[in-house]
Amino acid sequence: MIEVKGLSKRYGDVLAVDDLSFTVQPGQVTGFLGPNGAGKSTTMRAIVGLDRPTGGTVTIDGHRYAHDRAPLTHVGALLEAKAVHPGRSAYNHLLFLAQSNGIDRRRIDEALAMVGLESVARKRTKTFSLGMGQRLGIACALLGDPRVLLLDEPVNGLDPEGIIWVRHLLKALAAEGRAILVSSHLMAEMALTADNLIVIGRGRLIADTTVADFVSQAGNKAVLVRTPDGAALTEALRLRGATVARSDDGALHVTGLEAAAIGQAAADTSAVLHELTPQRASLEEAFMELTRDSVEYHAEATPTTIDGVPSYEGA
Amino acid sequence: MSAAVTSASPAPTAPAGHVGLAVQLPRVLRSEWTKLRTVRSTMWTLLATLLVCIGLPVLISFAIVNQPRGDVGPDFDAAGFSLFGVFLGQLIVGALGVLVMSAEYSTGTIRATLTAAPQRVLVFVSKLLTFAVVIAIVSFVTTFVAFFLVQAVLNTHSLGVSLGQGTSLRMVIGGALYLTIVGLLGLGIGAILRHSAAGISTVLALLFVVPILANFLPHSWQEHIVKYLPGQAGQAIFQRHSDAVTLAPWTGLALFAAYTVLTLVVGAALLVRRDA
Repeated sequence: MIEVKGLSKRYGDVLAVDDLSFTVQPGQVTGFLGPNGAGKSTTMRAIVGLDRPTGGTVTIDGHRYAHDRAPLTHVGALLEAKAVHPGRSAYNHLLFLAQSNGIDRRRIDEALAMVGLESVARKRTKTFSLGMGQRLGIACALLGDPRVLLLDEPVNGLDPEGIIWVRHLLKALAAEGRAILVSSHLMAEMALTADNLIVIGRGRLIADTTVADFVSQAGNKAVLVRTPDGAALTEALRLRGATVARSDDGALHVTGLEAAAIGQAAADTSAVLHELTPQRASLEEAFMELTRDSVEYHAEATPTTIDGVPSYEGA
Repeated sequence: MSAAVTSASPAPTAPAGHVGLAVQLPRVLRSEWTKLRTVRSTMWTLLATLLVCIGLPVLISFAIVNQPRGDVGPDFDAAGFSLFGVFLGQLIVGALGVLVMSAEYSTGTIRATLTAAPQRVLVFVSKLLTFAVVIAIVSFVTTFVAFFLVQAVLNTHSLGVSLGQGTSLRMVIGGALYLTIVGLLGLGIGAILRHSAAGISTVLALLFVVPILANFLPHSWQEHIVKYLPGQAGQAIFQRHSDAVTLAPWTGLALFAAYTVLTLVVGAALLVRRDA
């Protein structure tokens, strides 16, 4: 279990992490989300003692990382891809890590096999693609068969097959009782992988929730209705307690009623329906909504529609 | 051209409870030795040191013995002559020392190193010891081989000296010690600056540029300053005579070693204090 308590980290004038507290439970994948520059990497670096916190504490199973006698056998970390010497082979990179922690050499081959790099183990890593670099990073994290795993953007640079592989790997590792913290800036990926979510923005905790709760709260559940009998149906829907907004093209955006109830109302008023589509803001939209105020770098104008789906503001 | 990736097995091995052993000096030493020997640049750099420090004086000694005898005065310093490659070799060794530290930062390896071994002083000491042993071996081989080869060539015209003659032994051992310490100075500078180009430039400036700049000082000042410069102090150990503008051989070497120790202590302290 990872316990972060009141963690702060200041770089010069920038407060990268601001009084952040959360825990990562064993047996679960905890997604660590936030826009770029939210402080995810800084937090992970502080957990393994690479950065010295300005304030607060981080403990792993009750102890500070630096006091671990053989840290790689307890905590595995992938902090950035290709943090390896390009002239050194993957095998030798794992070898020096194994030697310092007294890890059996057999584990090197096992870790390489686990990530599918055994055929290129002796090649210098300068020949590696970004995806292969990620796999090597994951092999480093798994080398000591640790109970706690920290992975910073592990799917970055992986092909779709690799992404699915990481997803299954993380779930399997969690099912074995390990505590897993995995960062991402992609909500959709986390929704498929994680059990819990820690969302941060500008170094502060925004949400500490489960994926299930986040998904059920996401979106405002509007229903798009097209009908030639707009006026009559609007009247009927309002009587049933719905809020109806009419867009320029004549479509009705109905909130407060399920699609089935709207269909029933249409039947009762003999209104012809051309379209009846439940709308749900995507997870990405919900995530963006949540973190809107804490995005470090905004584009000039934030688009109000995504993939042609209008957002429903005002009634 | 990137190598192919075989498809990965999705299922991890069950937690077998790999215990591991405590991170202690012998293990970190092995780890650092692995790091040093598994990049080709180490071997190439050491090879270049040998080539320059041995090859140059040997080549030029051939030239000397093929000259009319009058070209070499009675004051000819045969032992010192066999060591002049050290002046160039120190650059290569100093650069390698910088790289041993700075390459960890430029490649990001330092993150892997320090997550595996969070006690940073232990990492620094292990890196220092590993590199010191390697560079000392190479330095001693270099100066002794250079001495014997050059004397062999010079002796074809009875110009050589033996190791037991005069100050030869002190100069040959001293040359090796000087080279070794230059390497460690480079390592200390690398730890402080964490940047390869900046570190190598600093070594270059310290050993080559600063003495040149000192030449522009008034003569009365030079006498009191130049001999205390790191390079000049250290080089006294492989000069035949000491005079007013040089320190005594072992005094000079001790001063140079003291500068280096100071640099290393600062480097270690910064490694402990700074974010990696």
